[in-house]
Amino acid sequence: MFETSLTWNDVLFLLQGAGTTLAITFWAVLGGTVLGMLFGLVRASAPWWLNLPVGFVLDILRSVPLLIQFVLANSFKSILKLNISAFTVGCVVLALYTAAYCAEIVRGGILAVPPTTRRAARSLGMTYTQDLTNIVFPMALRVALPSWIGLTLGVMKDSALVLWIGIVELLRSSQIIVTRIQEPLFVLSIAGLIYFLMSFPIARLGARLEKRWREND
Amino acid sequence: MIELKDVRKSFGSLEVLKGVTLTVQKGEVLSVIGGSGSGKSTMLMCINGLEPIQGGQILVDGIDVHARGTDLNKLRQRIGIVFQQWNAFPHLTVLENVMLAPRKVLGKSKREAEEIAVRQLTHVGLGEKLKVYPSKLSGGQQQRMAIARALAMQPDYMLFDEVTSALDPQLVGEVLDTLKMLSEEGMTMILVTHEIRFARDVSDRVAFFHKGLIHEIGAPEQVIGNPQKPETIEFLKSVL
Repeated sequence: MFETSLTWNDVLFLLQGAGTTLAITFWAVLGGTVLGMLFGLVRASAPWWLNLPVGFVLDILRSVPLLIQFVLANSFKSILKLNISAFTVGCVVLALYTAAYCAEIVRGGILAVPPTTRRAARSLGMTYTQDLTNIVFPMALRVALPSWIGLTLGVMKDSALVLWIGIVELLRSSQIIVTRIQEPLFVLSIAGLIYFLMSFPIARLGARLEKRWREND
Repeated sequence: MIELKDVRKSFGSLEVLKGVTLTVQKGEVLSVIGGSGSGKSTMLMCINGLEPIQGGQILVDGIDVHARGTDLNKLRQRIGIVFQQWNAFPHLTVLENVMLAPRKVLGKSKREAEEIAVRQLTHVGLGEKLKVYPSKLSGGQQQRMAIARALAMQPDYMLFDEVTSALDPQLVGEVLDTLKMLSEEGMTMILVTHEIRFARDVSDRVAFFHKGLIHEIGAPEQVIGNPQKPETIEFLKSVL
């Protein structure tokens, strides 16, 4: 018969960790998407003197391992004696990391909008901004959504790395329990299941939007 | 009135318009014919400021299109243009495609814009397709939608850039019928076209473009019926 020393309190502890994971993911994806749209627009259409430096910074953010970025940012915070929580540091670093990837997704989406379509919009008297908001962004969104969903799911899992700067999220909380009750297989299975339950609705939402758009265009 | 005065336009070192002078009066239908690369389409892009020019002047109702202070967005509201590729906005229904510019650019209310759009779409024979997405339309229907979209801005001038060139042969007729209807309603039109017979039917004047210049211009009976220049005769022989 199966026996375990996992208590309901432990489950609650895991769910708390899951809540932290969700919160970090939420802020990182929100901030990363807003910044990513801005950077993506720069990458797609800004003159070289803006494009080049922005592209360089984004390259750094994408190529330095996330773990190093977390630890470095957290150390700088201590050195500069900034009065911000590790949670905030985690969110900001992850948001910048997300923005770097999101920028490329957005850039690809914008470049997929045919120049002739944009020209048609401008020929109707629309301003540059009206063309962006009414034509380019909605059309780019359809191209970018699958990659953006993938990015969001990736960020949710990458958020586990914040445990290195002392934040107890889902993975860290399961580690703590494993250390105590020594049932790694069982506890990690539960943690994995929780990750899946958090990811699945996002993936489904993406698939549904895609299907609806495909039926139209 | 649209006036071109010695207009020059280059793409890099390639000079496409080499001093085009032309006047189109209100209510006139001008067809522009000529070989590929003769600069016909480029001229249309220059008239509503989608392409800059390197020399000369273009005036629309006295407003210098390429002058520094000219509000091009404002000017383009009065000059409709329809392209060879119909360029539907794929994420919007037919009705929304036509409503968008009146709402955003002219600031019409939703009800007003819808009224205009329904009227224009019915006018071009798409009254049954309001809620449909463009991908479900044939090329001819999409092109008529593009025409309705331009007309919804209630422009004073309409420019047509080879609007039937990308269509299957059996769909050309329905678009030409729409153009003919507009010309009969007194719309001022510049029509870049390869449909020579159609140009002869609807135009007040025909201009033959050759190597970036207007080579011959006049009444259709003259330019198409009895051309004088050897290049015009040569071109017409090759297309008719």
